[in-house]
Amino acid sequence: MRRKARKEGKTGPPASALTVMRLYISDNAPNSVQAVANLAAICKEYLEERFTLEVIDVLEEPLRALADGIIVTPSLTKVSPMPAAKIVGNLGEKSDVLIALGIKA
Amino acid sequence: MVQSGNFDLTGMLAMLKAKKEEMGARWIVFDGIDVLLTLLQDPIAEMREIYRIRDWLAENEMSALITAKVEGASSEVLSYGFMQFMVDCVVGLERRLEYGVALHRIEITKYRGSDFVAGEYPVNFGPSGMEVGAPEPTEIRHEASSERLSAGFERLDTMLGGGLFRGSSTLITGVPGTSKTTLAGKFAEAACLRGERTLFVSFDEGSDPIQRNLASVGIHLKPHVKSGLLRMYSGRTESIGAEDHLLKLKSLIREHRPRCMVIDPLSAIAKAGGIDTARAVANRLIYLVKDEKVTVMITAMNEGDDPQAEATELQISTVADTWIHLSYLVRSGERNRALTIIKSRGTWHSNQVRELVLGKAGPALADVYTAGGEVLMGTLRWEKEDEERTKTQQRIAAFDHKRSELEAAEAETRARIKTLQQELDRHAAALALYTGENQARIVSSSEREQELRRIRSADPATRAANGGMRGGGKASRRQRFQKSGELIPGGHNEA
Repeated sequence: MRRKARKEGKTGPPASALTVMRLYISDNAPNSVQAVANLAAICKEYLEERFTLEVIDVLEEPLRALADGIIVTPSLTKVSPMPAAKIVGNLGEKSDVLIALGIKA
Repeated sequence: MVQSGNFDLTGMLAMLKAKKEEMGARWIVFDGIDVLLTLLQDPIAEMREIYRIRDWLAENEMSALITAKVEGASSEVLSYGFMQFMVDCVVGLERRLEYGVALHRIEITKYRGSDFVAGEYPVNFGPSGMEVGAPEPTEIRHEASSERLSAGFERLDTMLGGGLFRGSSTLITGVPGTSKTTLAGKFAEAACLRGERTLFVSFDEGSDPIQRNLASVGIHLKPHVKSGLLRMYSGRTESIGAEDHLLKLKSLIREHRPRCMVIDPLSAIAKAGGIDTARAVANRLIYLVKDEKVTVMITAMNEGDDPQAEATELQISTVADTWIHLSYLVRSGERNRALTIIKSRGTWHSNQVRELVLGKAGPALADVYTAGGEVLMGTLRWEKEDEERTKTQQRIAAFDHKRSELEAAEAETRARIKTLQQELDRHAAALALYTGENQARIVSSSEREQELRRIRSADPATRAANGGMRGGGKASRRQRFQKSGELIPGGHNEA
């Protein structure tokens, strides 16, 4: 199963840059399902439309995930803006995720 | 990397499966799985993921080698107790510092369906790979050779009842400076001269200085080193553990294939890494050398000078077949070396202490004097020898003197006897002469008297012949007495 969600930000201040993220999941494993839900909530609350998210199912694209240096699922990587960040886990700790993504200092 | 919430290994295993199928792998190594598992921060989750790995391995028919760190003391192995339960074989590796030297130990705690040797064994990593201090066989199987070979020089061989047995181990103990190296060097030279491959291992002293020093006492190793017969190896001991030395010696023995070997001094391996390890290594080394049928001479330092006490810290004197002890005797301002054979298995050996004398022609053994229960050496020995010589001379002189004295006395006595004999003869002759004269005189005078009486007719011829009458007799007797002037009391009374 492969899901690709791309949402273009239309509203909000143009000054803030577009956040590009990749979420690596393994199908519907409990942690993966939770991670998708947690990230969706965060994006809705803090990023509104100013982000791009690619969800990669490792079970379908294992070699790509391997090439991307992914070890465990779920893992979230922030590709841009710099600095890049990597968060592992189901993203249940919202404050840690916000700091890692640079949304909150 | 930031962690936020739980994760699992399903994704990872999916990736690994893809990789495995891509390359056709049969084995997989998880190096440091603990790093990943601790991120879960939940023992139950850790266990779950480990079981996930196990199922995955079974499903994919893969064999895995999993390494995990054990923190601190070995009791904490239990934190991965469930993992130990899951796997088929558990090999424990431990690294610890002993006296500043790293020691690696290996232990097999579990191996399903297979026999294994329990216990902790040293493991070593060197340029030639990894070597495990294999456990010694419980039963010692060494062939016993009755071939004798020289221990270095003739008198020592004589003391050993004909030399050392091939494949035996000889221990030379002594305090520093007792010529342990010299004896070992002589042994090595003798082996080389017989054309036998020899390995000379020295610690803390370079092979060049050893060759130079031994040359000063007539032991020449250089030509044998050049010809390749003799291999000299000098090891540093201050920071290398005994295990590493053993590893090195093993590879040296494999390379050089020696028939004779010297380790000088073996006690040096205890310098770094602690005595317990060194003891174990020393024992294993001797067994290794015996397995290879190498005749070995090992020197060991003993701190004190008491051969009664265990002579070496390494406690190898029980393993060694022959034990030669060197000591000093300090007396009258000099230090002399003494050699004793404490034991020599399977052969007669001298029980006498000999003085070890080093000369330009090599080591030699001198007889020692025992005087008043004490051994005399060096100058004292010379003095004693001198004294003995003088005493003998004196004894001979005294004997000669006494003999001539007695001879003189005898001669004198004989002379005296001769003189006395002559005197005796003279006296005898004189006596004989005198007696003869006297007889003649008595006879002639009585004849004259009778003749006179007959002429005077004083007595009847018959009376004179048969004793005569009483009265007549009395009268004649009185007459006779009066005539001779003698008085008889009875004669007066009657008158």
